[in-house]
Amino acid sequence: MVDLPRRSLLAGMAALGASACAKINDSEAAGSLFEAAEDGHRVLHRALAGKQGLAKEFTRDQRSPTFRGNGSVTVADPFYQDQLAKGFPDWRLEVKGLVETPLALSLTEIKSLPQRTQITRHDCVEGWSAIGEWQGVQLGHLLDMAKVKKEAKFIVFRCADLYAGRPYYESIDMVDAYHPQTIIAHALNGEALPEKNGAPYRMRIERQLGYKQAKYLQAIEAVTSFDQIGGGGGGLWEDIAGYQWYAGV
Amino acid sequence: MTKHALSTRLWHWVNAIAIIVLFMTGLNISNAHRHLYWGHYGFDASEAWLHVIRFPGWATIPGHYNLAVARDWHITMAWPFGIGVLFIWVAMLLNGHFRRDLMTAPKDWTPGAVIASIKAHSGANAGAHHGYNSVQKILYGGVFGVLLPLMLLTGLAISPGVAGFAPWLVDVFGGRQSARSLHFIAAWGIFGFFVIHIVLALLDWRLILEMFTGGKRDAAAPPAPPQPESLPDADEGAPAHG
Repeated sequence: MVDLPRRSLLAGMAALGASACAKINDSEAAGSLFEAAEDGHRVLHRALAGKQGLAKEFTRDQRSPTFRGNGSVTVADPFYQDQLAKGFPDWRLEVKGLVETPLALSLTEIKSLPQRTQITRHDCVEGWSAIGEWQGVQLGHLLDMAKVKKEAKFIVFRCADLYAGRPYYESIDMVDAYHPQTIIAHALNGEALPEKNGAPYRMRIERQLGYKQAKYLQAIEAVTSFDQIGGGGGGLWEDIAGYQWYAGV
Repeated sequence: MTKHALSTRLWHWVNAIAIIVLFMTGLNISNAHRHLYWGHYGFDASEAWLHVIRFPGWATIPGHYNLAVARDWHITMAWPFGIGVLFIWVAMLLNGHFRRDLMTAPKDWTPGAVIASIKAHSGANAGAHHGYNSVQKILYGGVFGVLLPLMLLTGLAISPGVAGFAPWLVDVFGGRQSARSLHFIAAWGIFGFFVIHIVLALLDWRLILEMFTGGKRDAAAPPAPPQPESLPDADEGAPAHG
């Protein structure tokens, strides 16, 4: 026969199986475990890929026939709609926060900067993928133009759309900010970015999931911390749904 | 000598918990986009090869749709699962469990061996044999050699961060959406094994206890192929492997 310690081991196993899911979710222990896993994934991915390691780029014939619009697919703001109809002549992209030289660039100015074109796969947190050709300016180039200060640790993207009634925003760290494939895209598949995909600008941060790829971009802000921004999670989905800030998994 | 090595028992229960959590959180994640595709991309339901049902709350962790929490659990529990698969493979190769019990010979793949296995595992003769029969070797081998590694590798391939340093891993499976489809298929393969495994183990509850205690290996009965029915059974009561 089994002795008592083994019996309690059995009971413990059963209890763990039954209650793990219900109780542990809300506990601080699980929260810090998940955070440790999230940090671990980021550190491990960076170690294995290198800070500049590129996401796979595809050929034109590998693109998906269309590119799905998801989340916000339109912006209600009248100024936005007016600019969309006219081709964004008065839309300014601000670069602000911890920079020596704040910028406010027009679409023409953005297009006159050195461009990068990349055909990459977009992976949604829900599970689907689409492949498109993006063209835009590297974020690192804009940050250098604005002379980002050394104390800046994160770059926050401010967006024109409201989702669930709140302004969309996202953030990345300086490693991803200076990644060669991190671009501010103004064109998709050779044409001006459509409204459903984030006109006039959306971010491409190719080694992370779709919710990081902020659309309807208005401002780029260098900060030391995003604790005081929005709900403090570093992004709208992080705030309202609890998605992980590092979206590399 | 124990029937189940400590490494086997330890892995078995850690893996059991990991797999249950991974499967049930996986069903929650599946509910986020209930269509499966082949190739690198896929988002249009009309191009899906499979439309998946919406899994009910009793089958998912948490018990309601919550992609963030399901993903937190899923990608955290993937660690004990993944490390466990590597651990048990190393342990099985070192302690002879693989060579002794799981490695098949050509004769294990013959219809005769399958029939002998089923006979040995059923009716009055159940529990009379020693070692793993041919069907067990093939099934366990399929789980250890195919399903568990496939689960791990397709899971890694779905991650955009992993694709950043191992794009070949995505290409091996034919693209991210193919990897995602294979991840789903392998999960149900493991579920199928899980059901058979539980049913057969419940037929003889001693088998479950032995997975805690280790049980005793009968020194007089070396691992042998399925015993012909006509032989007298010298070891009545010696439990079979599950």
